[in-house]
Amino acid sequence: MKNLLSINDISREEAILILDTASELAKISDGPMKKLPTLRGRTIVNLFAEDSTRTRISFEAAAKRLSADVINFASKGSSLSKGESLKDTALTLQAMGADAVIIRHPASGAPARLAKNEWMSGSVINAGDGTHEHPSQALLDAYTIRKHLGKGSSDLSGLRVAIVGDVLHSRVARSNVLLLTKLGAQVTLVAPPTLLPHAIENWPVSIDYNFDNIIEEVDAVMMLRVQQERMADSYFPSAREYARYYGLNRDRMNRMKADAIIMHPGPMNRGLEITADVADSARSVIVEQVSNGVSIRMAILYILLGGAPIESGINS
Amino acid sequence: MNYLLKNSLLPSGEKIDLAILDGHYVTASLLPAQYETIDLVGKQVLPGLVDLHTHLREPGSEESETVATGSAAAARGGFTAISAMANTSPVADTAGVVEQVFRLGQNAGLCDVFPIGAVTVGLAGLELSEIGAMADSAARVRIFSDDGKCVANPLLMRRALEYVKRFDGVIAQHAQDPELTKDAQMNEGLMSAQLGLKGWPAVAEEAIIARDLLLAQLTQSRLHICHVTTAGGVELIRWGKARGIKVSAEVTPHHLLLTDDYAKDYDPIFKVNPPLRLESDVLALRAGLADGTIDVVATDHAPHSAESKDCEWSAASFGMVGLETALSIVIKTMVNTGLLDFNGVADRLSIAPALIGRYENHGRLFELGSPANLTVVDLSRNWIVDRDLMSTRSKNTPFHGFELPGVITHTFFNGKLVFSE
Repeated sequence: MKNLLSINDISREEAILILDTASELAKISDGPMKKLPTLRGRTIVNLFAEDSTRTRISFEAAAKRLSADVINFASKGSSLSKGESLKDTALTLQAMGADAVIIRHPASGAPARLAKNEWMSGSVINAGDGTHEHPSQALLDAYTIRKHLGKGSSDLSGLRVAIVGDVLHSRVARSNVLLLTKLGAQVTLVAPPTLLPHAIENWPVSIDYNFDNIIEEVDAVMMLRVQQERMADSYFPSAREYARYYGLNRDRMNRMKADAIIMHPGPMNRGLEITADVADSARSVIVEQVSNGVSIRMAILYILLGGAPIESGINS
Repeated sequence: MNYLLKNSLLPSGEKIDLAILDGHYVTASLLPAQYETIDLVGKQVLPGLVDLHTHLREPGSEESETVATGSAAAARGGFTAISAMANTSPVADTAGVVEQVFRLGQNAGLCDVFPIGAVTVGLAGLELSEIGAMADSAARVRIFSDDGKCVANPLLMRRALEYVKRFDGVIAQHAQDPELTKDAQMNEGLMSAQLGLKGWPAVAEEAIIARDLLLAQLTQSRLHICHVTTAGGVELIRWGKARGIKVSAEVTPHHLLLTDDYAKDYDPIFKVNPPLRLESDVLALRAGLADGTIDVVATDHAPHSAESKDCEWSAASFGMVGLETALSIVIKTMVNTGLLDFNGVADRLSIAPALIGRYENHGRLFELGSPANLTVVDLSRNWIVDRDLMSTRSKNTPFHGFELPGVITHTFFNGKLVFSE
């Protein structure tokens, strides 16, 4: 594994290796000495061409806990707007000797261009590209589900997960569909027909337009953020109508299985796709997803950059 | 220079010696003492190819292509007439611009360059441009198109169709409903869903084709559909022709060969408008071209600078160059598959487009006295496309590295050898 551009790049075994590695690294994060020397002297660039505080900070924390040098490069916009082209940015980072570039970009496929064009020799990690994928988010989601519901299993066999909301524009949904099904979970997408991709019948998932049909049957509900601009584009008539049919409120939560969990990749629109009481309820693992994110991203960097064996890392 | 082309194998299968005197075909006995003999044994001779859809970028984007470099690419690709699309800067929406392009073509002298006039001022889709003045100019424009943009307003489209009847003109429509394709990046389907690129549904093309067929029927005027890409579009045109509607249609070489699977690595060399579609569409386009539903192959040659393709997909420009690969792609997809013989190739790449554009000196089958416009292709050899060895100023060919059949060895334009291998 050199790059992490899409969940399609990793096998089931590699995904499990990342989850297991994250488990080991989480133990260190819980301890008094949070830092490992594993990536000392390595340079990791956070290239963020789109606003994202949480993902950037999460990768930065992960890299720093592995003792890497982190450079934050925030280029607002891309060659879509004026400014330096992606290629020139890549050549610049290459010249600076970046060992890995973590890229968040508004254009789907920008990380693939960065990696495939041999503009860069270092690893490329996709931290969210357009409406394509967000693989590290899917890995942390799978990690969170396994931790709560896995009952010691290495994968997610037998579990049923609902992903609810704007699947069409969601990179989180795309990566999760690929990863959760790879790990044996059954995935149901719940959304108004306007917010599902065309030709989705070919995806290895089931579809339900009616949230209430499946709410009692699933082990985890993953709510997706609804972007405000979708309303202007007539994907649904109003925020109120969306919340009524596809929002997770107390009534729906009360019908969930006893041990089912509630997830959200953040940032939340409280009152739209999820009510505040549900977001803050005991079933919600939303805050825990954030801390799991650091462990998963440590694992990704650790594996991609080929750090020292984990035992010596822990012992040193 | 006068020529005797010995052993010329014509599309009909006939093998003759073609004599060229002062730019025209003559009987060999009329040749004077001084002439050059070229033996074409083993090669196929075609009437000079005619392209109805070429972007030459001059005036305005000369770093990508000029009329002269585009003419050189045309000659190399076997074309003796090309049609310069109107989306230059300034737009070819006045007699002044079309005459300028026409004269630049004459000065280059490698092929006829027939300008296409814009249907609407600045391609803005709001008001008709000076269509009559362009038709009556030295460029004698007969084809009008807002290509790159659709004439979306149905009333304006109706008016344009009616207006060009005065001089037997034709409206060439870029069939793309703008509302259904806002920010669209590629064909809408399984691949766009997987890649997270905004989809371009087939219906955006088909809805406009259907509407315009009915408008052409209403106005009894000539409609030409640019670059058809969908099976549904072929079906609609077939229906329109059966009803006697005066419609013609073109398909590009790239849509005869490539599918949206090529987008999978986000390489924008495969980003084109209209987008690459599905295998089922490719097969329907080939069948439509074979049975004559689609009248012509047109290149939609669209040169772009390196930086406009060396970037992320959504930032990249739409378009591919095609003049120098068109004939080989047609041989690969239509002749070598048994769908078309060389009579058919001569029709779809020369006779039919010359008829649609009213280009009287082209698309003529070697008649004595007619201008000697012809192309010679060696079918015994394949070649490997190399973007660095092409005559076009831009390198955005999707076929770089492809091995293709048929090497063009000679192109004669008005009896002048404008390209030889």
